[in-house]
Amino acid sequence: MNPRILARTAVRVLRQLRHDRRTVAMIVLLPALLLALIYYVFDGRRVVFDTVGLTTLGVFPFVLMFLITSIAMLRERTSGTLERLLSTPMRKLDLLGGYAIAFGLVAVVQAAVLTAVGYGAFGLTIAGSVWLVVLVAVLDAVLGMALGLLCSAFARSEFQAVQFLPAVVFPQLFLCGLFAPRAEMAGWLHAISDVMPLTYAVEALQEIGRHPDPTGTMTRDIAIVAGAALAALALGAATLRRRTD
Amino acid sequence: MTSESAVEIDKLVVQRGKRTVLHEVDARWDAGSITGLLGPSGGGKTTLLRAIVGVQRVASGRVQVLGRPAGTPDLRSRVGYLTQAPSVYADLTVRENARYFASIYDGVTRADADRAVSDVGLTGAADQMVGTLSGGQRSRASLACALLGDPELLILDEPTVGQDPVLREDLWQRFHELAAGGTTLVVSSHVMDEAGRCDRLVFLRDGAIVADDTPAAIRAATGTDDLEAAFLTLIRRAA
Repeated sequence: MNPRILARTAVRVLRQLRHDRRTVAMIVLLPALLLALIYYVFDGRRVVFDTVGLTTLGVFPFVLMFLITSIAMLRERTSGTLERLLSTPMRKLDLLGGYAIAFGLVAVVQAAVLTAVGYGAFGLTIAGSVWLVVLVAVLDAVLGMALGLLCSAFARSEFQAVQFLPAVVFPQLFLCGLFAPRAEMAGWLHAISDVMPLTYAVEALQEIGRHPDPTGTMTRDIAIVAGAALAALALGAATLRRRTD
Repeated sequence: MTSESAVEIDKLVVQRGKRTVLHEVDARWDAGSITGLLGPSGGGKTTLLRAIVGVQRVASGRVQVLGRPAGTPDLRSRVGYLTQAPSVYADLTVRENARYFASIYDGVTRADADRAVSDVGLTGAADQMVGTLSGGQRSRASLACALLGDPELLILDEPTVGQDPVLREDLWQRFHELAAGGTTLVVSSHVMDEAGRCDRLVFLRDGAIVADDTPAAIRAATGTDDLEAAFLTLIRRAA
């Protein structure tokens, strides 16, 4: 990796975002608005909101970053800029790392706003540290980014790219324990949810919600989410081909 | 070193699906010259250029660029490539694009990026978003980014398409300055009136080279001063 190219790529991605204010506003505000919606849906049921609201702090960044990255990367592929970059001294990891840093920073802002709204406006109560919540939210965003990047390699058009959202993200949402406790799932569903990275992100958040101090499960889950994000990034790198037909 | 070939191609075959796009192409082009690649669209011009840059998957044959196999990592900083479709970020300004691509090369400064923008006549539009530019301006923005890093070999796929005559004149003058400074240029075009500006002409048709010589030699061989007519003569002879 070349630190200069890595940093310039991250700045370039952030510049592209800065020129698109509406997207920035949606990234920062949309999750908070959705959290408000959930709060009113569960109006009066404190315990349910504490669980569901907390979980969504991890889920929203994951979903949004997946979408944004798969479109951004598809654009790189279809506009010819990817081919141009790969014919220069740039290394694949410089490009992917640049995206990871830029979107990672965006995720920090998004998670900070979302968590602040959850705590400040809706009185979300959890036992553990708020910083751990932000950490997991950012990791989720990077995971979503890495999976979006990987999926964009298999999409030839934006129509196909957006449909990877229901294909890749929805099953993880259904099986992560947000809708039904994993312990009550049929064996085969439980097995599938065991290999889905979002499961561990949600479990980590639930652990943070219940325990004032970090637990072994919490640490393991966070490591699994980080490992899955790295693995998806590495697989994404393998899909960037310098020579094509 | 000027007598050495910058590009050497031996029996290059490229296949796309079951179709053969290039049939055993052979060529040797000198350093410090401008080679014009001409021929009808669909004839394999872009594929040949991509093979020289090293981004084209090839079936067989050998492509040596600046003495190294095409696509070798150290060639990436020595070969500049302008794709046919403008490959710049529509959601950045011209200057931001040039500065970003400049940052990829060692020792290329922001001032170099600004100079490349002015070389293609876009100083007035430097702070405009590429997405709001006209087609011709957009392809010049892309050209500016290909000029960065003082490449020894410049592969330009239709650099002057959609440009007005005055700008084309300026761009060709710039290409000749670069060649005089030792840069090797390979320029594709389907505009025959640009053919006369090249040191060497290569006519590519249906994936095979129909002619590869200096404009003067091609004129002499076909007995016509008009290169378009010469091209037609060559095609009829080949048929």
